[in-house]
Amino acid sequence: MDYSYVFLILLLPALSFLVLGLAGMKMSHKVAGLIGTCSLAVVTVLCYYTAIKYFLIDGRDATGLFPTVTAFDFVWIKFSELLTFTIGFRLTPISVMMLIVISTVSFMVHIYSFGYMHGEKGFQRYYAFLSLFTMSMLGLVVATNIFQMYLFWELVGVSSYLLIGFYYPLHSAVAASKKAFIVTRFADLFFLIGILFYSFYVGTFSYDLTAMPELHQNVAGVAWVMPMALFLMFIGGAGKSAMFPLHIWLPDAMEGPTPVSALIHAATMVVAGVYLVASLFPLFVEFAPEALHWIAYIAAFTAFYAAAVACCQSDIKRVLAFSTISQIGFMLVALGVCLPGETSGVDNTVEYADVNGLGYMAGMYHLFTHAMFKACLFLGAGCIIHAVHSNEKMYMGGLRKYMPITHVTFLISCLAIAGIPFFSGFCSKDEILVACYNFSPVMGVIMSAIATMTAFYMFRLYYVIFWGKSYYETHKAEGAHQPHEAPLTMTVPLIVLSAITMLVGIFGTLHVFEFGEFVSANGIGFGTHINWAIAGTSTVLAILGICLATYMYKGEETPVADMLARRFPKLHQAAYRRFYLDEVWMFVTHKIIFRCISTPIAWFDRHVIDGTFNFMAWGANAAGETIRPWQSGDVRQYAVWFITGTVALTLVLLCI
Amino acid sequence: MVPVEAYFVLSALLFFIGVFGFITRRNLIAMLISVELVLNAVDINFAAFNRLLFPEGLEGFFMTLFSIGVSAAESAVAIAIIINVYRNFHSDQVNSIENMKF
Amino acid sequence: MANLVMFCILAVVILGSAVLCVMTKRIMRAATFLLFVLLGVAGLYFLLDYTFLGAAQISIYAGGITMMYIFAIQLVSKRTLQGLVEHLKGSRVLFGGIVTVVGLLTVALVLLKNQFIYRACSVADAEVPMETIGTALLGSEKYQYVLPFEFISVFLLACIIGGIVVARKEKEK
Repeated sequence: MDYSYVFLILLLPALSFLVLGLAGMKMSHKVAGLIGTCSLAVVTVLCYYTAIKYFLIDGRDATGLFPTVTAFDFVWIKFSELLTFTIGFRLTPISVMMLIVISTVSFMVHIYSFGYMHGEKGFQRYYAFLSLFTMSMLGLVVATNIFQMYLFWELVGVSSYLLIGFYYPLHSAVAASKKAFIVTRFADLFFLIGILFYSFYVGTFSYDLTAMPELHQNVAGVAWVMPMALFLMFIGGAGKSAMFPLHIWLPDAMEGPTPVSALIHAATMVVAGVYLVASLFPLFVEFAPEALHWIAYIAAFTAFYAAAVACCQSDIKRVLAFSTISQIGFMLVALGVCLPGETSGVDNTVEYADVNGLGYMAGMYHLFTHAMFKACLFLGAGCIIHAVHSNEKMYMGGLRKYMPITHVTFLISCLAIAGIPFFSGFCSKDEILVACYNFSPVMGVIMSAIATMTAFYMFRLYYVIFWGKSYYETHKAEGAHQPHEAPLTMTVPLIVLSAITMLVGIFGTLHVFEFGEFVSANGIGFGTHINWAIAGTSTVLAILGICLATYMYKGEETPVADMLARRFPKLHQAAYRRFYLDEVWMFVTHKIIFRCISTPIAWFDRHVIDGTFNFMAWGANAAGETIRPWQSGDVRQYAVWFITGTVALTLVLLCI
Repeated sequence: MVPVEAYFVLSALLFFIGVFGFITRRNLIAMLISVELVLNAVDINFAAFNRLLFPEGLEGFFMTLFSIGVSAAESAVAIAIIINVYRNFHSDQVNSIENMKF
Repeated sequence: MANLVMFCILAVVILGSAVLCVMTKRIMRAATFLLFVLLGVAGLYFLLDYTFLGAAQISIYAGGITMMYIFAIQLVSKRTLQGLVEHLKGSRVLFGGIVTVVGLLTVALVLLKNQFIYRACSVADAEVPMETIGTALLGSEKYQYVLPFEFISVFLLACIIGGIVVARKEKEK
């Protein structure tokens, strides 16, 4: 049970950030990259060791649960006896799982970036920021309390901002980074208010309210506090996890380098909101099940909306971004549909005795599998962009001949996200659908439909990239250069991630690997079994979606799709423009907030507050300018003043 | 017997002549000469008040004596400075050292 | 009576020389008139029976300081100082005159408002004996001045050194 080494997991990336950030410019690209990658390799090894130790060697304690281990926890700020802000390292099943996810993807991205960022200006800065991000994200998941989580939450926001704006000479990158930062920061405001509510009324920052029964009476009297605090915290999570209507920053965040998109905006940071809800899950179940269900409704709508938009995007990274939003929606739906203490629905067999935990397990499972295959998809997209030097699908097509490895790994990931058996997405998505059907058949049907859409748009993407007519071949005469397979540093991470996807899928489908054994809502392990009524339907639906995509997009021309776009131009245009959500936000911020609130405040600031200080400064300056000539350096003038003063004083004394 | 008021009036006139000279003259040495006039006016007062009002003491006497010594020292240093100023600015007008003021 | 006549003569000499000293445009003449003023003041000391003081005034002021001025004037420049014709600015003269008159009026006011307390009427016209002066100057009792005497000697030394340092010609670099 000795976990004293774990501080290294946070310290190494932090040190690497400091070294690269301070001395990076003095190093060559290779050295800087190696420092970042090696420190992360060590961190990855430590994370895996921790996971093996936690799950397999130490295992469950006497009560049959995985214990919550606090490796260290030191007090930073002490507000009161209970309300103490500590910084620590907490191991729970989900935090250990997140350690695996973050370290794996981050390590893969570090390796991948060697190839992708090769020769880029600011290579060292890039690795420094990656280290900072990894440190913050690891700190976030191992937080011992909500406040520490908030601290690291802001740190990941900053590193995300820095990495999105990595190509800062580009105006669009700067705008995107600002947008991401402001939108998530706006949501974080609610998070902070939620934390303040929670800590004020409950008197602790801890997640484990169940461990402190004496605190329950603090909230017993005021019923509205806990649901409100929890929902406010969820708004913070919704900002980071790009839930509707705060999702607008994520598609723009694709301006950053593609490995960054894979790491931050697909696998780790954007699921922070999911992780937050999962961490607060016991509180949600106990105090605010309605809030949990509202989360599910919001998430379902987001999933649908994002899937619809993803069907019409032409920028491949945008498609993946919307797909990410949609999949995070799936995870939050899974968490949201958990019912407290009921065993109802379509499947109340013994394995699902604790049926409310199924959604939790499924959500976490999906988080895990999604991180792997979506990172693989993004990195694959990075290879493609690297090869054709564009994000737009019109420059692609027919790439399967030129980029075989990318093609195969991309296909595996697409199959996984579509939910085909023997691929990891199948196992997790199927559990989510079961949980949804348990909650309500309507929700189940909706989510099945979205899953079908997922299969459709992912394969649309797959076909327009790898099939169809090749831009290179049709534009050879105009000097289009030949796409080529990415270097080894870029393909190896793809292979590793798709291998994980495959292995988890095969073993998961065959019930060799049971995610529920490790992560579940109440800590009691359980095995899943595939409900073929649901799994079969969803598989059939996924295959239908794939077939539709094949029919519409596989060929050299895409007559059906073009015809549909012509037939419903408004709908197509609306979906392409993301249903004008950005315009709505622009209207709200620019026309309403800026004009009605900011402008008067700015006026007040400029004229009244600044005016006061400007007047004081002007007064001091004017006084100085007035007195200055007196200091003339003319001795005779001083003598005159001296005599005048003496005479005046004498006269005054005479008169008294 | 000369009344002390006579000395007093004489010294006051001498003092203000010196002040007038100090204010109006622009030459550094002329200003120094005016200062000497002022000092002498004060010395006369010291000596006369001592002699005519407090004849048993010698305080004014010694004050005058020391004042003479001090003014000798002051003149020496002042003339050294004036020579230096002249050497640096090639002028001995007061205005020339005004740009030393800041 | 003889004293009064003597005083009047000395007063005329002093004031006349002083006025000429500050009004003259030639610096050499100013120095010369200063010499007359200093000699006149020495005469006043003699009149007050402070013979020693008068002697000191003549030897230090008239003999030493004035000579120093003249030397300085001669040394500095022929062109600037000896033949110097100063242009007195009318406005400045007016201003100095006003200050002077106001100051004099103030002093007159002080004089008219106060009375001097005479106790010296009985004092004989006798010279202060040299022995008294010497004892007071070098004694360390009450009303004796050895400490200021020593101070002023150190002070003079400091000023001599200071004068040399300040006036020393900088070595050409």
